[in-house]
Amino acid sequence: MTAARTHALTLAFFILLAIAAVLPMATGVARFPQWLEIVIGGLMTGVLYSLVALGLVLIFKASGVFNFAQGAMVLFAALTLVRLMEKMPFIAALAVTLAVMVAVAWVIERLVLRPLVNQEGIVLFMATLGVAYFLDGFGQLAWGSDVYTLDIGMPKEPKIILGNVFEGGVLIDSEDMVAALIAALLVAALTLFFQKTSTGRALRAVADDHQAAQSVGIPLNRIWVIVWSVAGLVALVAGVVWGSKLGVQFSLAQVALKALPVVILGGFTSIPGAIVGGLLIGLGEKLSEVYLGPFFGGGIENWFAYVLALVFLLFRPEGLFGEKHIDRV
Amino acid sequence: MSFDEARVAAGAARRIGEPILTLDDISLAFGGVKALSGVSFDVCEHEIRAIIGPNGAGKSSMLNVINGVYRPNAGTITFRGEKRPHMEPRRSAERGIARTFQSLALFKGMSVLDNILAGRNLLMKSNLFLQALRVGPALREEIAHRHRVEEIIDFLEIQHVRKTPVGRLPYGLQKRVDLGRALAAEPRMLLLDEPMAGMNVEEKQDMSRFILDVNDEFGTTIVLIEHDMGVVMDLSDRVVVLDYGRKIADGTPDEVRASQAVIDAYLGVKH
Amino acid sequence: MIYRETGQFKSTYASDQQLFPILQDRVFVIAFLVFAFGIVPFIASEYLFRAILIPFLILSLAALGLNILVGYCGQVSLGTGGFMAVGAYAAYNLAIRVPDLNLLVVLLLAGVFATLIGVLFGIPSLRIKGFYLAVATLAAQFFLDWAFARIKWLTNDSSSGSVSAPPLAIFGVPIETPAAKYLFVLAILALGALVAKNLTRGAIGRAWMATRDMDVAAEVIGIRPLTAKLSAFAVSSFFVGIAGALWAFVYLGSWEPLAFDVNRSFQLLFMVIIGGLGSILGSFLGAAFIVILPLVLNQMPGWLGVSLNTATISHIEVIIFGGLIVFFLIVEPRGLARLWSIGKEKLRLWPFPH
Repeated sequence: MTAARTHALTLAFFILLAIAAVLPMATGVARFPQWLEIVIGGLMTGVLYSLVALGLVLIFKASGVFNFAQGAMVLFAALTLVRLMEKMPFIAALAVTLAVMVAVAWVIERLVLRPLVNQEGIVLFMATLGVAYFLDGFGQLAWGSDVYTLDIGMPKEPKIILGNVFEGGVLIDSEDMVAALIAALLVAALTLFFQKTSTGRALRAVADDHQAAQSVGIPLNRIWVIVWSVAGLVALVAGVVWGSKLGVQFSLAQVALKALPVVILGGFTSIPGAIVGGLLIGLGEKLSEVYLGPFFGGGIENWFAYVLALVFLLFRPEGLFGEKHIDRV
Repeated sequence: MSFDEARVAAGAARRIGEPILTLDDISLAFGGVKALSGVSFDVCEHEIRAIIGPNGAGKSSMLNVINGVYRPNAGTITFRGEKRPHMEPRRSAERGIARTFQSLALFKGMSVLDNILAGRNLLMKSNLFLQALRVGPALREEIAHRHRVEEIIDFLEIQHVRKTPVGRLPYGLQKRVDLGRALAAEPRMLLLDEPMAGMNVEEKQDMSRFILDVNDEFGTTIVLIEHDMGVVMDLSDRVVVLDYGRKIADGTPDEVRASQAVIDAYLGVKH
Repeated sequence: MIYRETGQFKSTYASDQQLFPILQDRVFVIAFLVFAFGIVPFIASEYLFRAILIPFLILSLAALGLNILVGYCGQVSLGTGGFMAVGAYAAYNLAIRVPDLNLLVVLLLAGVFATLIGVLFGIPSLRIKGFYLAVATLAAQFFLDWAFARIKWLTNDSSSGSVSAPPLAIFGVPIETPAAKYLFVLAILALGALVAKNLTRGAIGRAWMATRDMDVAAEVIGIRPLTAKLSAFAVSSFFVGIAGALWAFVYLGSWEPLAFDVNRSFQLLFMVIIGGLGSILGSFLGAAFIVILPLVLNQMPGWLGVSLNTATISHIEVIIFGGLIVFFLIVEPRGLARLWSIGKEKLRLWPFPH
């Protein structure tokens, strides 16, 4: 497919999306305030997806591995934190959990990545599938499988904004706003880390070319431990934010499967892509569930993200921001 | 003349036919890099044609253009009377072009026998259902093709490893399997990409013998890329020399060897 | 020594290419078939049939199908559960809407429906590879999950969402006892295994493997990778669809869409990886392993005198699966089937030391 065709199709996609988003309001099915609430709600969910996808992008950028276990890492981090918080204050628990995630990263690098270093991507992908199952079972074995409430002092009362513009105002979940803020801070911190620090530079070098990076003395194994630890940190943040909102439970790992469509939309190697992809998926899901759902008996959000990703795979497999070197036959 | 030279000369006088492949003004560029610029030459039926030149001259690119892996930006290719702006891999296979690869694109998960049998795929006709039951026409076809493949295996002297997975074979034997797979399609024209690379003297002698025998017994036209000058001069009927993507000489081995342009190119003299 | 091949010469290609060229193999397989068909029905307990043999046989059939796609053709699919569901619901709808249809025809048509859906979702796969395809098949899985839960017509407007299979009978003979069910499924599996073996030995199997190993080279020798991938999807879905129909009709009896969810897809993928990618025997070994392991784990605390609750046991099971996947991928990517052939190699000499 030529570049011009791809650009045209992408443009068409966004136009269609905008029309679809605005349609419910334009046809009078919804009033602006509710529509805005739904849009904001969808975007907020999207932020949470982005957080999980961020970890995926990091690992793929630095080691070319598609980490199916990212969702399990989110759950594991959240579980560890919640259970530790029963015994110690939040900050201490956070520090210990972070250390645990670094340890997990080290173990994964040593036992899984290093032996498989020259295998094709698909083998590594299946290995991370195994890791996901392992972490899943291990986390629940160690910490139990009940639903735990994660209370870290996030604001729980909804706020009403724009009360003077629309009657009744627009209902916003303050917790979601804080989550968005945290996500933005994380992205900023990561971007700074990659651009300004020497470790970040080394990570970018490794992502570009393993062998070249090694030949200038960058220790590949240590870099991978660092990357997976950073991904673990991101997983922890995601786990905290998600867990605070939904409670820490098994379904968190299922939710994380949604991160796959997010990176397909955004591009496997792009941090901004993970954000944009997450927002798009969250928004699209919410809108389609609320406005299309009633025609089909609901449940559209279970597959909307995946089918959207499928459509993208057909026309723009590198995603919105990714690099264009996908193998096609 | 040596015995081999006499043999080759006699063969050349006897059998070389009309041009089977004509390349006309082929240009190929990757981004800003010009791999080939206005290259024209022909290959006559039943001859052994070598493409030589210093590293980076565009030899592999030329071969890839011939069998359709690359599409040239300009020029035409005429094969067996059909003139086209570019070839396609499958089409070229159907029309009778087979090739080996410099980096041995063998099917690592399969045995020698299966690799060569895979080369016969175009000649196999039975459909899915008959194959599922493996009776009648499907079974007879498998056996008939097995027969032919065993002949190729005998010819290449690899009977002792026919059931071994190719990944486990030494490099020299893998190169023979590559050749065998190309031969299995019973091609009219064979493209050989550095068939002697990485071989010792004995292996090169064996491979030269195979190439000559294929050309002699089956009449297959052969286009080969090779760096070993001795091999090229002994085996080929005619030679094309490329340098920086341009043709700088075209003729018999002796003519090419004496050409000043060729000598300059190999010595690195600026031109 | 037991497995010594010397003295067994083949004088025709036909005999060299037969299914079990080595005499010991032939004897073993024939004995095994006699045992499986003729003796087991009379000696196995009902528990053995219901809990082990029947699920093992049906899942082997599904694993066979998945192995053709993943192991032989190199295409990752995480949507196998969904295709099993297609087979199951297709068979259900055929059985209740066309009541006089022969059971075998119902099964075949269920396979055909699964093939059609499989090819539909397989067409996007022609242009993408590896884990991209995994996401595409996940899309199939979740979409099919939803379709069978929400589209009322497919479940005959069942209010609870679950459906039941009609009583099974073939040519007037009812299939009610566990032994009868076992024989029925065994026969279908034996036929399926033969077909799978023939296909993978033939030209199409070579085309699949060539596409898996190096599709550029495959194209150069005249194989169409697109056709090879689609045919792999089609054949695989056919097997998986029939397995799904059997799972619903023979094993479960009544079911809801959850029986075919994404966990089932992962389970089948694990069978194929652990058993051995690209190996017919591997599909059986993997299925046996996955069926037996949970049962062993359930009993083991009893044997060891330790008491563990069921939740803990299922967590341990998940840990072991995950760990084994990683273990097999690192140590023996060709799975249990490779370990089996290594064992046979040793038998060439045993009991002699060298």
